[in-house]
Amino acid sequence: MAKHPDTDLLFKALADPSRRKLLDLLHAHDGRTLTELCNHLDMTRQAVTQHLELLEAANLVATLRRGREKLHFLNPVPLQEIYERWIAKFEKPRLKALSELKERLEKTDS
Amino acid sequence: MARSTCVYVTYIRTTPEKLWSALTDPKFTEQYWFGMRSESPWKAGSPWKLVTGAGEVLDSGEIVESDPPRRLVIRWQNQWNPELKAEGVSLCTMELEPHGTAVKLTVTHSIERDGSKFIVSVSGGWPKVISNLKSLLETGSVVLQDYERKH
Amino acid sequence: MARSTFDYVTYIRVTPERLWQALTDASITQQYWFGMRSESRWAVGSSWQLSFPDGRACDTGEIVEAEPLRRLAIRWQNVVNPEFEAEGAGQCTMELETSGPAVKLTLTHSVDCERSKYIAAASGVWPKVLANLKSLLESGSVVLESY
Repeated sequence: MAKHPDTDLLFKALADPSRRKLLDLLHAHDGRTLTELCNHLDMTRQAVTQHLELLEAANLVATLRRGREKLHFLNPVPLQEIYERWIAKFEKPRLKALSELKERLEKTDS
Repeated sequence: MARSTCVYVTYIRTTPEKLWSALTDPKFTEQYWFGMRSESPWKAGSPWKLVTGAGEVLDSGEIVESDPPRRLVIRWQNQWNPELKAEGVSLCTMELEPHGTAVKLTVTHSIERDGSKFIVSVSGGWPKVISNLKSLLETGSVVLQDYERKH
Repeated sequence: MARSTFDYVTYIRVTPERLWQALTDASITQQYWFGMRSESRWAVGSSWQLSFPDGRACDTGEIVEAEPLRRLAIRWQNVVNPEFEAEGAGQCTMELETSGPAVKLTLTHSVDCERSKYIAAASGVWPKVLANLKSLLESGSVVLESY
């Protein structure tokens, strides 16, 4: 089972508002069954299943089988990787510049 | 006799041949062993070393026994940390046993002294390296990218 | 005090939520624990049981510590093998720590007795169960179908 789906698939998965809503639902309460997720969405069971399959293919959702049911879990790793890729390097210098500015302002105040 | 030992056992969905290759091919070890290459001609009596990507030798020694794809025994001494190096040579045995469609891998690492800091160090390292190896062989990706990273 | 301990660490590419579910849901433990169900309400003080597929108890005990997603400690007594039973109850602790995209699972199983036969037996079982757990969570199937 390949664990490195391409970035295109990741963004395609995120592009749909219903799929983003599914991720929001899992973020609020992880480990949900298909039925539980359907109850929160105005969509056919079939449609929710298809959305979940795409999310799973993009590695945003991981599952556990429980009898005939499946529990769905949010997997934050693909988004963490995007964060590392484009955002992380900017965070530290910006925070440093902000705290330096704050220090200078505090000095001029006193 | 004074001895410190660590033993690590796991079961990996692979063949003994693939696992042997993963353990003895430097291009493979690089992928799960945090960039390190495990290099040797892999014959009894031949030298062995564990080298970083930058060419630094972290550990070195000699092959005691090489019985592919079943058993590998390495005399192993740390070169990089003076305290660990001073403890001398340890013995690392890797045993591969078929177990259905899986392979049982047993790593036994020991040194002839009590309270060995070297063994404490490798006791922390083996679970990381072997967890990475298992994930790589079973899923195509490692679990941990960096040796010490914490979130 | 005389004590026999088995320690094991594994790193699994999984979220703590999903790993915790796998450790505390009997229908899921069945999948990687060779059919055994690990059952409890998982609250401190509640009873715990590891059952065979037919429902018979293999080990029983109590939840000593339960910090969801982080730590579980179970007082653990074998009730099937007279030799193991005679050694008295032991304790099994599981600790979960995130490590990047992975969880570091540390398991410690101990019995207060020197050269415990139960711990010797458990030392052979745990690597199989935990290898199965890791494979199930990372690849969707266990590595060992039968013990």
